[in-house]
Amino acid sequence: MNTIKNNILILPGVAWITIFLFIPCLVIISYSFFERGVYGGIEYNFNFDNYNRVIEFTYFKILVNSAKIAFLSALIAIVIGYPAAYFIHLSPKKYQLILLFLVMLPFWSNYLIRTYAWMVLLNNQGIINNTLLWIGLIDEPVKILYTQSAVIIGLVYNYLPFVVLSIFSSISKMDHNLIEASKDLGGNSVNTFFKITLPLTLPGVAAGFVFVFVLSIGNFITPDLLGGGKFLMIGNLIYDQYLSARDWPFGSSLSFVLISIMLLLLFVQAVLIRKNS
Amino acid sequence: MKKIFYVLLFSTISIFSAKSDIVVSNWDGYSAPDIMETFQAATGVKGEMSFHATNEEIMGKVTASKGEGYDVLFVSSPFAEALNEMGLLADIDHSKIPNIENFYPEAMNLDFDPGNKFQVPYAWGTTGLCYRSDLVSKAPDSWDDLLSPDDSLKGKITMLSTDRWLLSAGLLSLGYSVNETNESKLNEAKAKLIAAKKDLLAYDDTTFYSKLVSGEAVMTHAWDGWCNYAIWENPDVKYVIPKEGSDLWIDTMVIMKSSSNIDEAHAFINYILDADVAAWTINNILYKVPNEKAMTATAEIADSFPNMGMSVSELSSYETLKDVGSAAKLYAKTVSDILSD
Repeated sequence: MNTIKNNILILPGVAWITIFLFIPCLVIISYSFFERGVYGGIEYNFNFDNYNRVIEFTYFKILVNSAKIAFLSALIAIVIGYPAAYFIHLSPKKYQLILLFLVMLPFWSNYLIRTYAWMVLLNNQGIINNTLLWIGLIDEPVKILYTQSAVIIGLVYNYLPFVVLSIFSSISKMDHNLIEASKDLGGNSVNTFFKITLPLTLPGVAAGFVFVFVLSIGNFITPDLLGGGKFLMIGNLIYDQYLSARDWPFGSSLSFVLISIMLLLLFVQAVLIRKNS
Repeated sequence: MKKIFYVLLFSTISIFSAKSDIVVSNWDGYSAPDIMETFQAATGVKGEMSFHATNEEIMGKVTASKGEGYDVLFVSSPFAEALNEMGLLADIDHSKIPNIENFYPEAMNLDFDPGNKFQVPYAWGTTGLCYRSDLVSKAPDSWDDLLSPDDSLKGKITMLSTDRWLLSAGLLSLGYSVNETNESKLNEAKAKLIAAKKDLLAYDDTTFYSKLVSGEAVMTHAWDGWCNYAIWENPDVKYVIPKEGSDLWIDTMVIMKSSSNIDEAHAFINYILDADVAAWTINNILYKVPNEKAMTATAEIADSFPNMGMSVSELSSYETLKDVGSAAKLYAKTVSDILSD
């Protein structure tokens, strides 16, 4: 009786995911085996051409470059996010909640608005450049906006809270007697961190990394606005296939490749966590 | 992108709400906000306006539904052509559009649709260079001024990234057609556009005029109508068509074959061609329209916005962008090559 009740509880969730996630994904996968009509639309002749196009140099290069940008963003987010999470963990309990709340605060505003704010900051006549000029650190404005660095800055900024939260939760769960034990046995701080703390918090690091990587590789707003459209990422390419090129089948095959990469990463992360626990 | 989502959401809601005689889809802000009320007052036909953010968005919707749900669409000419090739458009019955006599003769003889059989033009214009005359040392007059700029302009230039116009800049600079489908010629244009990329501030299709006003950019690849928005804020901004020429872009109105109110759809187009209604577009959107009567009545606007006074014979001397048909994949790939290099 109880199991039936429990199953009923999960029904709305399953129905939601089936209708709005699973079925649309199946539609995308099926589109990817067809062909664009001469004037757009879809011609239903089954073939694998779109997947051959994905590995053409033009498109494969975009995929590799997107992975590179996403990887760098995830790495930088970890390097910045880990100490922040550790700091929050070390602060007195009563401040922890406030600090975590501050980490989440940016999510209260719209993604686009935050990205436009970065355009104002990074601009040649922007606040960052003007301040540096005023201090006398630079003689002429540094070109940041519309470069690959601006894209990475935007991605790291937007997804950093996920990293801080996931690492924080890992650090909080860690047994602190282990750190004391390490120190009692003569381990210095560096040794203790790399041999005890880091391995034990690896699931949080992996979760944060995958979060940032997955969200970054498919992003198309940040490269468009902060990169000035000069750095085409796989997300922009898919967007262009659906919209300007009106090539839904090719856009679908690119989407499917992207979904596969994400699933693979989530799988690796799940394995890592299971191994660790 | 959020904006597109809301536009989608609201346009969907509007289709299912009040029962109307006709449903029109247009770009937001491209016709008077109260156009449906004044249309109803003038003709008694109840119309519903929904919006699309891009040609491609409305194409996606009507190709998926075979046109069901819409009666009149505003789309750019290559999209009107594609819709016609797909058999989704009704024939235009000129006897139901008496106001078409307001048109310039050139507007009745467009190269992609002579005699206006499947579309009626709404607005038209050119693509060229919009620049700050006070910040450039020499007024540009060639596409090469954009593609291989003077040192002083490097990093202060924007280009359109919409596939057809991006490629047109390269094709025109080489003296080729804006509808070129020959792969080696497209590759030549591609090489030139890739080389030009290093001197760009950014690709910008939507905010270049504000970059021009702020001085962040001093020369932009622009549509004449949009250049007017910069001129409006700063009269030092000038528009020039490079000596190698331009494309003639045309935004059109089409009637869906699936429409069950073909007569009312014609009545709407007839209403848009009324000289006073067309004058609203001229005065508020700052676009040229093919409506001679309206253009003549508002001729003084060219004092502040010189490109509004461009002669129709000059305008119609440029080649119209056409749907490139089976070369579409090549176009898309060429553009990806440029944008990702």
